[in-house]
Amino acid sequence: MKRPIRVLVAKPGLDGHDRGAKVIARAFKDAGMEVIYTGLRQTPEQIVEAAIQEDVDVIALSILSGAHNTLFPKIMNLLKCRGAEDIMVIAGGIIPDEDIPFLKSVGIKEIFTPGTPTSKAVEYVIENVKV
Amino acid sequence: MREVDLENLLLKRDKRAIAKAITMAENGDTKVYEMIKNLYNNTGKAYVIGITGPPGVGKSTLTNEIARFLLKDNNSVGILAVDPTSLFSGGAILGDRVRMSDIALDENIYIRSMGTRGKLGGLAKATRASIHILDIVGMDYIIVETSGVGQSEIDIVKASDTNVMVLSPDMGDDIQAIKSGIMEIGDIFVVNKSDREGADKTAAEINFMLDLNSKSNWRPPVLEVSALYRKGCDTLLYKIKEHRHYLEKTGGLKERRLKNLRWEILEIIIDNLMKDLSEKISQENIDELINTEYAGLTNPYMIAESIYKNLKEGFK
Repeated sequence: MKRPIRVLVAKPGLDGHDRGAKVIARAFKDAGMEVIYTGLRQTPEQIVEAAIQEDVDVIALSILSGAHNTLFPKIMNLLKCRGAEDIMVIAGGIIPDEDIPFLKSVGIKEIFTPGTPTSKAVEYVIENVKV
Repeated sequence: MREVDLENLLLKRDKRAIAKAITMAENGDTKVYEMIKNLYNNTGKAYVIGITGPPGVGKSTLTNEIARFLLKDNNSVGILAVDPTSLFSGGAILGDRVRMSDIALDENIYIRSMGTRGKLGGLAKATRASIHILDIVGMDYIIVETSGVGQSEIDIVKASDTNVMVLSPDMGDDIQAIKSGIMEIGDIFVVNKSDREGADKTAAEINFMLDLNSKSNWRPPVLEVSALYRKGCDTLLYKIKEHRHYLEKTGGLKERRLKNLRWEILEIIIDNLMKDLSEKISQENIDELINTEYAGLTNPYMIAESIYKNLKEGFK
């Protein structure tokens, strides 16, 4: 039986708005996925806990504040501590190109920068999650 | 995860194991039913609270407040929050957690968002199995928050011990209030957002309606609450406990659970029948029959009768 992919769309840190997160959440939903949205200003602990309790296949992080180099490694670390490193993590938002190699080195699978069509992110998830 | 490991981890209330088990139930993985069967002796201890009402009345915020109070009293709490699945894409936005972030990290809580996945009635297909799972792991309370309901989604009453119907001020005139359906299934009525104008009037209307149809010895109380400003939630919790005592004292709890069990058994049988049916008869089957064997016939009764007769033969 085909099951829906479950995605947690999460906003770590102190961003003031979440329009981008909502747009991408909507795109995932329209592609037939179950999207759990947790709202603004989430700590890495909250995000990892939600991902585990919701048993998601993917965590999609959206960040605009510039704190990605601090927050993303924390999230990856916590996932490892909880034995949940099988959850795929992708990210999007205002992330400078020069930070991408570091973020990938800590385990973020793919990063979508401004201007990427939502369909790209959707395709990436469908291709990389086994259902 | 192997099933044996999963069973052991469940009994240790491991959150990842709970999550995996609920996923299995959601995806119709039959191994989870074997597990529930094995561990069913552990059920019956959790008290199930239903939170239901139309969209946007504040069910999630209220659920959060009730859970906060229960946690403060050293209870463990499982929350199942249901939101609708799109009929068109099969996808869903499950946003109930947004209102629950302040309790989500408590070690005595487990919160799960569920899409309805085509099930009507306010619950998801796997909600009942998930209630059993949370019961097995030893949650003291299970709060089931339905998807936003209209006038006929009342499945929650068949799955809960105490059902809280949440409304908000100015929800409609007296006529709306006497309508059957959701107005008949509250053990407790809450007029949330009581900081807004019209709360007294809505409460008065509900009270009037309840006075007309009070047949049982439990007269549902009507409470004005503001979940956002945390006003009246303590009274609500007190009333939930009062209802529980009432049920336990009068034997009503046993009766209600028996009734719910009957519903559940029937539902499982119907589910299985539907599964068998959909294997035997698909949209394409019907199209084919319409175009060939029954070509020229437009009468749905004749076609249906004929198909049904064949099916019945098949079941024998």
